[in-house]
Amino acid sequence: MRRARLGFWLFLAPVLAWLVLLIVLPHLDLLVMSLRSGSGSRASWTLQNYANFFGEPIYWLTFVRTAMYSVITTAITFLLAMPVAFYIAKVARVRLQGFLLTLLLLPFWVSELVRIYGWMILLRESGVVNFALLKLGLADAPVEMLYNDATMIMGLVYTSMLFMVVPLVSAVESLDDSLIEAAHDLGAGRAAIWWRIILPHCKPGITSGAIVVFMLCLGNYLTPNLMGGKNSLWFTEQIYNQFIASFNWNQGAAFGFLLLALSSAIIWIGLKITGQKLGEVAS
Amino acid sequence: MENDLSVSRLVKRFGEFTAVDDVSFDVPAGSFFSILGPSGCGKTTMLRMVAGFEEPTSGTIAIRGRDMARVAPNRRPVNLVFQHLALFPMMNVARNIAFGLERRGTPRAEIARRVERTLERVGLPGFGSKEIAQLSGGQKQRVAIARCLVLEPSVLLLDEPLGALDLKLREQMKVELKKLQAKVGTTFIYITHDQSEALVMSDAVAVMNKGRFEQVGSPQELYGDPATPFVAGFVGDSNIWEGTVRECSGQRAVIGTDEGFAFEARRRGACAPGSAVRLFLRPEAMRIEPADASGLNTFRATVKALLFDGANSRLLTVTPAEHELLVTLPQNRRFDHIRPGQEITLGWHPDSGVCFRREGGDA
Ligand SMILES: Nc1ncnc2c1ncn2[C@@H]1O[C@H](COP(=O)(O)OP(=O)(O)OP(=O)(O)O)[C@@H](O)[C@H]1O
Ligand SMILES: [Mg+2]
Repeated sequence: MRRARLGFWLFLAPVLAWLVLLIVLPHLDLLVMSLRSGSGSRASWTLQNYANFFGEPIYWLTFVRTAMYSVITTAITFLLAMPVAFYIAKVARVRLQGFLLTLLLLPFWVSELVRIYGWMILLRESGVVNFALLKLGLADAPVEMLYNDATMIMGLVYTSMLFMVVPLVSAVESLDDSLIEAAHDLGAGRAAIWWRIILPHCKPGITSGAIVVFMLCLGNYLTPNLMGGKNSLWFTEQIYNQFIASFNWNQGAAFGFLLLALSSAIIWIGLKITGQKLGEVAS
Repeated sequence: MENDLSVSRLVKRFGEFTAVDDVSFDVPAGSFFSILGPSGCGKTTMLRMVAGFEEPTSGTIAIRGRDMARVAPNRRPVNLVFQHLALFPMMNVARNIAFGLERRGTPRAEIARRVERTLERVGLPGFGSKEIAQLSGGQKQRVAIARCLVLEPSVLLLDEPLGALDLKLREQMKVELKKLQAKVGTTFIYITHDQSEALVMSDAVAVMNKGRFEQVGSPQELYGDPATPFVAGFVGDSNIWEGTVRECSGQRAVIGTDEGFAFEARRRGACAPGSAVRLFLRPEAMRIEPADASGLNTFRATVKALLFDGANSRLLTVTPAEHELLVTLPQNRRFDHIRPGQEITLGWHPDSGVCFRREGGDA
């Protein structure tokens, strides 16, 4: 009994150490920093850093914009990933399945930076697409395709696909084919089968995929910056600016904390609306 | 009488392999029709064609006189109870049963009424709000049937629905299914590889082998008058002798068995002296120590073991040539003196044995 206890603590110790050292301590430090102003001996406790966020429209509007676009990206990713996942899990033959999943994984072999530069090479004014358009006579002058919101969202969707497809594939795979046939036999058409059988069955997979994609988008820095350009106005840029450009670590820490709190709140509301619990989704 | 289902010259090929091979049959309205056959003989394929999940290679299927070619499964007046039931785990019992009615756009109040009435019919009143995972095996069974019956299909198809249940429950559900069918009057087409299920429940049974129907008839006909050696061997237990025909007379033949007995038995098919035949005899057709042996085939055998199983008790006997035979042992205490090792006389009436011509190698 005692030895079992000892073993339990021995295994738990590294996990606890990791949690405390890399997650809890830095966040505590951030929290303390966000609640202070100035530095050194002139430092004092204050809520001013948080008040700045709500008082200055550019800050909270940037956050709202970031959250909205993250939700839109999540929705688009889901709409694209669901048929792909269904095809991989139910329609494709076993050998093709592995090949398709590898194909999805392949872009992640290279770093995000290289992936985005790949897009930029394709889309910039002197890029491949424009070259083709001009050669084919479809455009008279090069078209600027980078640095707008649509391109930015496309880049985010591209980066997020895998994280949506993988949980969806395993969700669809666990669906018994005979349930689909039974629904068909009982008079259900295509729409009713999707709506009443496939989607309810995949709900936990959809939710976990959506949470991951949403959080990745919200916290993404490279894609909005490089593909959205100067006017991408992503919230992570505000945090970066405070830390690096303005050297205002207290303000940056407050923004970091607000990002954590507000995104958690959005996910909590999402789970409430769809009537789910985080534990069920994770299992 | 009107036929609910009429199948004619149905063929299904998967590539080179023929799963269903030129099958024709009719099922009269309101009857309980079983398809009995060993695993892999094409039963499920057959049923899936009737339900519309599989396209026949050739042949026609008509339900209540309407041709079903190119009619989608959701537009056919038949419903299928799946081998593993396929209840929807994301819905409770009532929603499962309401599913088909909702698809038809039946008004809500009407749905609620019919769901409750159907639950009562299958003996589960008040179970509507239970989740599927909370039900026992037998209850799930009945929900699966209720889900189809509520739609009042012309024909209900059942694909080995008792396969997943344990033996005791299977025995019980057999009787309940039969009673349910009699009560609702829907035509049932029931697939099974268990001959006792088919014999107990059905008005008519089709015995299927390698994609073909060997014989269609009442359970009594199949058991008492099998048309082919496969049916004789598959339906019920049989003792088998190999032999050759010595004489033919009317419906009977005298057969010399390979171990040297001469028996008279009924014959099926053409009779030619000298042709090789196989003789089938039910265990209960043999009488132990018959008082009046005139007109019977008799022989001596040694008791090897007593297989006591209540009303189904048997003797395992061997002939001098070491041929094992099962003999039903009536439990009327007359034969309590029989012990292993004892030699006894066995007799049987020529009409209870049936012989078939043996085709090259098989059968
Ligand atoms: N989609 C298919 N493609 C190729 N062969 C198939 C297909 N479906 C069934 N078969 C073959 O057809 C034959 C009959 O299959 P079927 O499922 O109808 O058997 P069954 O009589 O229902 O057997 P069981 O009692 O084991 O369920 C089998 O040999 C099977 O391998
Ligand atoms: Mg089957």
